[in-house]
Amino acid sequence: MAAINKKGGQTLMFADPPCLISWASIVGPKEGEGPWSGDFDQILPDYLWGEASWEKAESKMLREAAKLALSKQGLQTSDIELMVAGDLLNQITSSNYAAREISIPYLGLYGACSTMAESLLIGATMVDGGYCERVIAATSSHHYSAERQFRYPIEQGVQRVPSSQWTATAAGAVVLQKGGNGPKVSCATVGKVIDMGQTDAANMGAAMAPAAIDTIKAHFEDTGRPHDYYDLVVTGDLGLVGMTLARELMVKVGLVPGPNYSDCGVLLYDGLQGVDSGGSGCGCCGCMLTGPFLRKLTLGEMKNILLVATGALMSPTTTFQNESIPSIAHAVAIENI
Amino acid sequence: MGNNQEELLKTAEQEEYHHLVNRIKPKPPLGRNCFWAFVVGGLICVIGQLIMEFFFSLGYSRQDAVALDAITMVFLGALFTGLGIYDNLGEKAGAGSIVPITGFANAIVAPAMEFKREGYIFGVGAKIFSIAGPTLLFGFAASVVIGLVKLAMMSL
Repeated sequence: MAAINKKGGQTLMFADPPCLISWASIVGPKEGEGPWSGDFDQILPDYLWGEASWEKAESKMLREAAKLALSKQGLQTSDIELMVAGDLLNQITSSNYAAREISIPYLGLYGACSTMAESLLIGATMVDGGYCERVIAATSSHHYSAERQFRYPIEQGVQRVPSSQWTATAAGAVVLQKGGNGPKVSCATVGKVIDMGQTDAANMGAAMAPAAIDTIKAHFEDTGRPHDYYDLVVTGDLGLVGMTLARELMVKVGLVPGPNYSDCGVLLYDGLQGVDSGGSGCGCCGCMLTGPFLRKLTLGEMKNILLVATGALMSPTTTFQNESIPSIAHAVAIENI
Repeated sequence: MGNNQEELLKTAEQEEYHHLVNRIKPKPPLGRNCFWAFVVGGLICVIGQLIMEFFFSLGYSRQDAVALDAITMVFLGALFTGLGIYDNLGEKAGAGSIVPITGFANAIVAPAMEFKREGYIFGVGAKIFSIAGPTLLFGFAASVVIGLVKLAMMSL
């Protein structure tokens, strides 16, 4: 028996699509040197931002992005009923510590780099279900805090491989509200954990691409929307390698990998920034959404996008234990309606 | 039975995907990497040799000059790690800067710097050998084995 607001197996249709009334992005220096520098609200001069550690800097980025999104509409933290946030660090400390400062009801999420879509999905459900009037969804990642947790010390002289990706230093926050002016979240597809047996932690795009395609396929099947319905179908952080694989997999499952398909990891940097396969991290699609995509939607340059944020759900422990990398992708449809 | 077939199908699907990944995954530029490893690794060795010659010229014996040379190279490796230069070198040279003794210094100083924020006991103290630890452990183990072999040969 299908629930009344669900279509197909995995897609939630919002009866009264929640509105994105405000948003903000804060990025690191490297992201600020990329092609979208004009689209971000704030570009940090350095990676510590006056804090004593990278972890503190990341938490500050998330907190300040949330506050900035509120202040753009003249809102106070007391105007928000729920904060939904997550990040990459152990025990999602960036989000927890940001929520400590903001001091409103809070749900912490771990969906690795799929968090931007996951938080929007949950936030939109809360608003549309009538449980909250206004919700803030946020996420962050920091290159150096992620690097030391998942890979090597920063000063360690190791060579990157061409399939490796660069964790973005970025945070994004979105305020969702019932009614109002702005793009709306019309529906969202909850992804399944997919594992195709990939074990290479230096090739996350390959691990995540099958999850992205599984969710995209489910989204189009559930909604019955044509494959060219969206102006942009954008995956979170597959990078060049993952995006190429995603295109191949699309053909295999009968989707058309049209020119409207792209990936935030490929878009965030330009080719000369030494990021190999491209960007990654929660903040990668977080800042692309709250920077360029929402600007283009507001200006009417695009009328709708399908954001498919992808997350690799492994840890350094499971990697050392030779476990393969399970991945997930959640899709959120954002439309001018 | 059905379960078994499903598992087989899953394995076949994973294998097929694995082949696709291998086809698409960009190969590391082996020639260029080897060239830089050779140039940088070679230069580090030349510097080491020059330092040894310097100690010879001061009148040190071969054994002392070798020890002083190693100490100096470890110091330089640590210094350039601290200055934030050694990781850039490693990005380009790979094994060329990892294999020499300066690379070993880098592998110890880098985590020491990294974990200073967690304090001197549970940060620096606990994590300083997180990269070099395996080398030390198996280096010690190998030296014990070689020592025993030598002992056995001498008693023959």
